[in-house]
Amino acid sequence: MTIPTVLNAQDVVKTYGKGTAAFKALRGVSLEIKQGESIAIIGKSGSGKSTLMHLLALLDKPTSGSIDVDGQVAASLSSRKLNDLRNHKFGFVFQQFFLNANASVLENVILPLKIAGIGSRERKRLGMAVLEKVELADKAKNKAKDLSGGQKQRVVIARALINDPQVIFADEPTGNLDSATGAKVEDLLFALNKKQGITLIVVTHDEDLARRCDRQIYIRDGEIVKTTSTQKRRMV
Amino acid sequence: MKLFDIIRTASSNTLRSKLRTSLTIIAIFIGSFTLTLTNGLGSGISTYIDAQINNLGAKDVLVIRAGDSSVGGGEASDSDKPKEYDASKKIATTSFGIATTVLTDNDISKIKKVAGIKSVEPNLALAPDYISSGLNDKKYQVSANPYISGTKIELASGEQLSNDGTELDALLPLEYVEVLGYSSNQDVVGKKVEIGVTDGTGEHRNLTAIIKGVQQKGVTNAGGMNTNTALTNAIYKAQTTGLPASSINSYTALVAKFDASYSKAQIDSLKKDLKDQGYAATTFEEQIGSFKQVVEGIVLVLNAFAVIALLAASFGIINTLLMSVQERTKEIGLMKAMGMSSSKIFMLFSAEAVMLGFWGSFIGVVIAQIVGRIVNSIVSNGILKDLAGLTLLSFPIQSTITIVLIVMLIAFLAGTLPAFRAARQNPIDSLRYE
Repeated sequence: MTIPTVLNAQDVVKTYGKGTAAFKALRGVSLEIKQGESIAIIGKSGSGKSTLMHLLALLDKPTSGSIDVDGQVAASLSSRKLNDLRNHKFGFVFQQFFLNANASVLENVILPLKIAGIGSRERKRLGMAVLEKVELADKAKNKAKDLSGGQKQRVVIARALINDPQVIFADEPTGNLDSATGAKVEDLLFALNKKQGITLIVVTHDEDLARRCDRQIYIRDGEIVKTTSTQKRRMV
Repeated sequence: MKLFDIIRTASSNTLRSKLRTSLTIIAIFIGSFTLTLTNGLGSGISTYIDAQINNLGAKDVLVIRAGDSSVGGGEASDSDKPKEYDASKKIATTSFGIATTVLTDNDISKIKKVAGIKSVEPNLALAPDYISSGLNDKKYQVSANPYISGTKIELASGEQLSNDGTELDALLPLEYVEVLGYSSNQDVVGKKVEIGVTDGTGEHRNLTAIIKGVQQKGVTNAGGMNTNTALTNAIYKAQTTGLPASSINSYTALVAKFDASYSKAQIDSLKKDLKDQGYAATTFEEQIGSFKQVVEGIVLVLNAFAVIALLAASFGIINTLLMSVQERTKEIGLMKAMGMSSSKIFMLFSAEAVMLGFWGSFIGVVIAQIVGRIVNSIVSNGILKDLAGLTLLSFPIQSTITIVLIVMLIAFLAGTLPAFRAARQNPIDSLRYE
């Protein structure tokens, strides 16, 4: 049985600016990501790892090269289709949380469903279910600003999970957390990867976090310099 | 995102920075409050004037004077220059001291032949000396105007006059009720009064008339009493007894009736026909119309000030929303990353602007109406007490809704710039924004 490819980047180049001021953030990166994989993109700041993630998440368009999602060429999709795709297929976990501090935890979690146009009763039901999963159901009515860092990151994960995504993009998910809470958040993410088969793409400079992934992509100066694999456990 | 969710989200977003939102709303409030009041003043006064026009005369009546007459809106060309004497034209001096060519029975029969004219009556100039009730020994000066059929005079008591019949009837002006010794407006109705007239030979004559009602004071009621045809003729007969026939049968103005179903264009063409024959004809509406135009002009200027206040407020909206967009850059980026389209982001911020406009105008309109009611009750018991039936500020529901809608539109337009900025943001840049 072959595992389907979710995301396939081919010879992707991304240049910012023009002429002499042009800066090549990515210099031809190719990467194939299979359904259910967990991938770490590792590099120093300015290496191009965030740019790669943005391109894979279809938040930006490559200068050249192509990105396929489930075999579809992303460049050929309308912006409406792209929005739909991001809304239904992808979940985002950011280092800085990006929570609306004054809104309730539940309100924050159901934002993707609101954008998708799902009715308020259904939103609430799904929101409570996903908060249950991250063990924050009792905090549903609290304001987001009253939570601890670890709790906030769990809310963010709940928000990423609510639309039942195929892929979760996590940008330095533990960057703002102490190692104990960071480890809990990691456990949560990898549990989702293993139990629900959600593809996990983690951008990090934390070697320990990277090692827990199936594959590690090392990026330097816009190029993939090394790929390692800890795939023994997952051989089919 | 569904429209309902957009509106709800925008609504709760306005509450995030309560002070800023309330200051913006206050600015809009001032504008719409002013606009409501000035508009209310305009509609209050024009409603009153319309009532007064009804009061003054029926809609199917023309007042006709000689074509070179300089009163009543006639075509008074070269009126500043001395006029050459013409032996064929008789000149009379009206009570206003204005020289005018008089009209005779000849003119009446001439005008009767004009197509569209149904009847022509002389507008007899009455000059009674006094009125007396007999309840006290006081006599009061009074003027009298012939009542024109179909006119609705605002009454404090009693009923309208009828020009049919031989009974000598009159309407008594409100201010005469007390001085003549009557206890109330109702008390007067049906009572007999004595009207004194001096005839052409200088002899004194008395007439007895019955009061049918008490007329309200208004800007168009000159203060004289209204007399029915029988009383008019009786007074005229009394005051012209002993005068030469040529003097009896000369009138400063005639009152002509035309078909009540006539349109504005038909009335204009009728007036033109009369003008070609050397007569100046005006409707009652035109006689008072110039006053209405002045009021409308003043209201327009006041409205312009209110709109200027609203324009200033709209810059407040732009400012508030630009700050919101700035503050919520990350949030906008996040929503876009999660698949919210640019057009929905635009709608979200536009809805916020419209929301500010709605609350500002709604509060403004409500408070203006409360203030208006208070002012109305103060004024109608105070300086404008005598003008019964005047509601200084009136607030028809359509114009209230129109004001709210206009302010919401202005707010929407003001919101387009910030909303466009928000919609245009690149999600990645927004998420990176520190």
